[in-house]
Amino acid sequence: MPAFSPRSRLRYKDDVMSDEFEPKIVAFFCNWCTYGGADLAGVSRLQYPPNFRAIRLPCTGRMSPKFILEAFRRGADGVWVSGCHPGDCHFIAGNLYARRKFTLLHNMLLNMGLEPGRLHFSWISSAEATKFQDVAIRVIEAVKAAGPNERFVKHRIEVA
Amino acid sequence: MQTRTEKIRQAAKRVLAEGKADLVIGFREGTVPLKTAPHFARTEAECDLLVWNSHCRLNLANFLPRRKDRVAVVAKGCDARNIVNHIVEKQIEQEQVYIIGVPCEGMVEPALIAEKEGRTVESASETDGRIILKGKDFTTEVDRAEVLRQNCLTCAHRNPSVHDELVVDPVPELEGVDRYADLKDLLARSDGERYEYYTSLVQTCIRCYACRDACPLCYCHVCFVDETMPQWVGKSVDPADVMTYHILRAFHCAGRCTDCGACEAACPMDIKVRQFTRLLEKDVKELYNYETGLSPTDQPPLTVYRPNDPQEFIK
Repeated sequence: MPAFSPRSRLRYKDDVMSDEFEPKIVAFFCNWCTYGGADLAGVSRLQYPPNFRAIRLPCTGRMSPKFILEAFRRGADGVWVSGCHPGDCHFIAGNLYARRKFTLLHNMLLNMGLEPGRLHFSWISSAEATKFQDVAIRVIEAVKAAGPNERFVKHRIEVA
Repeated sequence: MQTRTEKIRQAAKRVLAEGKADLVIGFREGTVPLKTAPHFARTEAECDLLVWNSHCRLNLANFLPRRKDRVAVVAKGCDARNIVNHIVEKQIEQEQVYIIGVPCEGMVEPALIAEKEGRTVESASETDGRIILKGKDFTTEVDRAEVLRQNCLTCAHRNPSVHDELVVDPVPELEGVDRYADLKDLLARSDGERYEYYTSLVQTCIRCYACRDACPLCYCHVCFVDETMPQWVGKSVDPADVMTYHILRAFHCAGRCTDCGACEAACPMDIKVRQFTRLLEKDVKELYNYETGLSPTDQPPLTVYRPNDPQEFIK
């Protein structure tokens, strides 16, 4: 069968261009753990939906609330931040400092009306490919359930 | 209030005469009624311009970072806590600061006075807990207790936590007030209503950054709103840009805010900007049991961690 036969295009349309809402999720992964975990999930052929775009960080301690707000402002439907388990930081304690910042920001955004299910945090080591797959699926499902994001988004100005 | 003004002037003159400080930072009468202005006194004559009344809403700790000289500061409870916070954050040496502590009975909110007296007030004075307002063809009085600022009504530290001298005897601290009663009501509402609430709060914001400039915590050389490469915060008055500014401004005050209300006092649009910082202040108190500026040996909560910090929300 030729590569672009009507049949294959139909399948493509059915599979990918369905009417179901496909969220865009910005994912921030620590280079030393979750990023490796994603890599291992890949070479292990573990399947998960392709809804997130991974951004590599040197450490979750590098995360700033600016990044999360920027993602939402530019129309991301969800944000997922993932790093090393407490105690396993490549830089000793970057994730422990980050944890306090995440706690405060997470609570603040939720209190200000961000829907639960949009902002996710996780600890995934580079050996936990199955946990990566599991969390990826849960994150994407939660964001899908929350629907397209309308809050904290900079909308295009409407002119007549 | 008259006694406090007199005592502050005496203390300021004495501190300057004894050479304990090169200058005294306090308040003087504003150019419009119901306002005061920061005042830098270096001579005895300048000390006579110092005043203390119900309108000393700004936070004088704001003038301390990066000073090289020795400074005496007329400080109410929240100002003193912010001075301590500056010492903790190494913005000024403890030896450089002389705190003239003023036990505080709360400052008043001009918006509440305007609600009670709609006519234009041309001058104001106060005696025994009454504020006397004079305007064209009228003189009227309001009860000070009825027009206090919301953060003063729930103040937990009316007496300066750290001071070199107190001008009058300490006032009794408020007992049994719930600082976050209104926040709890707000947080019980649905996420849509809360989003509406916070969006409507900043609807009128003109991005003048008065809240940032009045805040003693905002002393960065380059503020995040002035960064251009990369530019994380849009400079327009688009609701999303305004919201980003207010969230980040508040977040930068996390674990450092004393809820002094200088930001709200400075806001020309009367936006309740404290509603942002208080969310964080409440969490820092509840999660990390930290209150800012009570001791110069404090460790700011975001510069430390505990292995068992709460993390229920992390998968």
